[in-house]
Amino acid sequence: MSTSVPTLHTIVSLPDQSTATLPKKHYINNEHGLLSWLLTGDHKRIAMLYLISITFFFFIGGAFAGLIRLELLTPQSDLVAADTYNKFFTMHGIIMIFLFLVPSVPATLGNFLIPIMLGAKDLAFPKINLLSWYLYLIGGTLTLAALVLGGVDTGWTFTTPLSTHYLNTHVLTAATAIFIAGFSSIFTGLNFIVTIHRMRAPGMTWFRMPLFVWSNYAASILMVLGTPVLAIAIVLVALERLVGIGVFDPAKGGDPLLFQHLFWFYSHPAVYIMILPGMGVISEVISTFSRKRVFGYTAVAFSSVAIALFGFFVWAHHMFIMGVSNYSALVFSLLTMLVAVPSAIKIFNWAFTLQKGSITFETPMLYAFGFMGLFTIGGLTGVFLGSLGMDIHLTETYFIVAHFHFVMVGGMLMAFLSGIHFWWPKMTGRMYPESLSKLAAVVTFIGFNLTFLPQFILGYLGMPRRYAAYPPEYQVLNVLSTAGATVLGVGYMLPLLYLGWSLKYGAIAGNNPWQATGLEWQIQSPPLTENFIETPIVDYEAYDYEWLEKKQREEVTTVG
Amino acid sequence: MDNVIATHPHTHETAVPAEHEHVVLPQHRHHFETEEQQREAGSFGMWLFLLTEIMFFGGMFFAYLLYRNWYYPAFTVASNQLNVPEGAANTAILITSGFFMALGVWAAEVRKKGLLVVMLILTTLFGVAFLGVKADEYHEKYEKHHIPGASFSTAMFTNPAAYGLKEEPLAPDMAEHTQIFFFLYFAMTGMHALHMIIGIVILFWLTWRAHRGEFSAGYVAPIENFGLYWHFVDIVWLFLFPLLYLINRHPLK
Repeated sequence: MSTSVPTLHTIVSLPDQSTATLPKKHYINNEHGLLSWLLTGDHKRIAMLYLISITFFFFIGGAFAGLIRLELLTPQSDLVAADTYNKFFTMHGIIMIFLFLVPSVPATLGNFLIPIMLGAKDLAFPKINLLSWYLYLIGGTLTLAALVLGGVDTGWTFTTPLSTHYLNTHVLTAATAIFIAGFSSIFTGLNFIVTIHRMRAPGMTWFRMPLFVWSNYAASILMVLGTPVLAIAIVLVALERLVGIGVFDPAKGGDPLLFQHLFWFYSHPAVYIMILPGMGVISEVISTFSRKRVFGYTAVAFSSVAIALFGFFVWAHHMFIMGVSNYSALVFSLLTMLVAVPSAIKIFNWAFTLQKGSITFETPMLYAFGFMGLFTIGGLTGVFLGSLGMDIHLTETYFIVAHFHFVMVGGMLMAFLSGIHFWWPKMTGRMYPESLSKLAAVVTFIGFNLTFLPQFILGYLGMPRRYAAYPPEYQVLNVLSTAGATVLGVGYMLPLLYLGWSLKYGAIAGNNPWQATGLEWQIQSPPLTENFIETPIVDYEAYDYEWLEKKQREEVTTVG
Repeated sequence: MDNVIATHPHTHETAVPAEHEHVVLPQHRHHFETEEQQREAGSFGMWLFLLTEIMFFGGMFFAYLLYRNWYYPAFTVASNQLNVPEGAANTAILITSGFFMALGVWAAEVRKKGLLVVMLILTTLFGVAFLGVKADEYHEKYEKHHIPGASFSTAMFTNPAAYGLKEEPLAPDMAEHTQIFFFLYFAMTGMHALHMIIGIVILFWLTWRAHRGEFSAGYVAPIENFGLYWHFVDIVWLFLFPLLYLINRHPLK
């Protein structure tokens, strides 16, 4: 693999972009017209369609977050009535989880990059890929319909018997939306698994795949095995509401806890569906901007699979206070602790990757640092919640809200933004404005901590979640949190604006602006419709910077 | 872009006529390197899809397991009200349908167009027959007021003697739980029937395509993959039949 010549220096100087030009032909200008996008089979175009749609839903979900924080500015429920507040947090949860977080990295970056990283021309099933985008749109439209018709107030968890017997809002519309969006996610996962198994280029062995592919593979397993269980749980809720079949109705001998088991059998693995692809992004970014192979590549690869595996056996930790037996609570508590191990392996390995690396602080790297810190806090507080005694005190309080926002927003959203910045030059062929984006990364980090750190304290003090009003002594911390949400909102608006701006006015990026080793950086940006001029033959390991250096030296000599 | 096409090993332009076993099929999709890769990807995708189906039905099997343990007496007497002869006949019908499907896959592989069409039609006919018997069973449940919901009646279980049944009468609260059995019966067989209906619609489409000769030149992936789906639907029934119909054939006492 490596030559006997010791190459101690690494590539730190990025190429001069003033000489870079946009290629004449690429996937964006290959065909023209709206229909060429709406009927496309090209994974890159579908990724862009997804990117536009999930951004749309992200800002709708974000608007509800803003409304929630605005209501919580004062102790009384004065901005809106309590039942309207219930609708706010329900819509925020449904939109953010099913329409943003689950598809965020896999359906955009994964769709765009996995075939290229494997050296393939497309995903295995391009038509199913397009179908999954349409299913997503139908699910999204139905969610908006539920919203416009008057909203849902079950919480995103559709807890029975609340959702089946006590509420007269648009539960069925929202449930149908989630059912359909779920199939979108199943088809994405199925497509990825088949592609990763069957479409790898010659020489692309399993342990030469970038870690981004490994983590999306693990997430795909969860999508394929978990989502159908959510689907059947939702079908049963719908039947219970429509014809009163009694399967979750204690009056008829049904068991509401059965719904919890079915729901969390999906919805716990779902948090790994959300975070795993983000971890893949972080592996790529940390390696690229440290100019070092990811420390313990195999361990990081297997830790993704381990998270997927353990993730299926911890669901009952959402139900510790719901009357499950002490023995099963004990077992699930232990299993919950176990799942922390592979996550910690990742964090430690990234830290060791940084050690003695040639680190530079481009925007994706800033977001990645944000991820590492915030995800660690989110993950460790998860261990608190996995301990039975602590859970009884902390569950259903703001502590848990802070915990999962640290993982999902501090972790996943940071990873998503990191990835979007990192691959933006590849996707669009243009650079984003560097200093403005660094500012956005810092603003996001500050805003995030200001929003959610106070919520840990609020939860520990006992403020319950999902109420529009609270005792006046909690106001100071709530005001801090709302102020933070404002800053955070600015932090998220900035990328929307400057990334949009950069589409037309950004500097031209060139093929490999970061000097990264991945296959996607060895082709033109934006790529051709078929990605590669000829099928690549992979004869080097992932993250082999010496290989890259040698390749570039040889290129220079041939040109000279 | 021209060079992209030219380097592709399996387009019409570059395929070598001498490799007569390697005639390029019109159904070959450009993003697969070889037809073998396309075929493998397709069947692998189908197996994964069936895995998601197992998880989907798994949720209902889990509910069945739970409630059968809780309400065993209600489940046994309610199960006795199912029509075992019709259920058994349906099992035979479905296995026969699956047998013709298997023959259909074989017919496609040996490129016998006429035989394939006949087999697909026979598969469809037996599938429709299954649904017909199922509809008759559902109608019987309707007449007995065994459909969960407003018109559900537990009279047959609280006072079996009045209906000429030799069952032990159930206490009213346990009798109420027969509704859960019948709900699971309708949910599970209904979901199974829905899969059958979808399958039959696809069969019409496949028969039409087979009639046009699309599967007679070596391209058999749709037939093979549909065969997997159809056999999966069979197998689900092979679990449903004993669990729902036969659970009290050998009572515990």
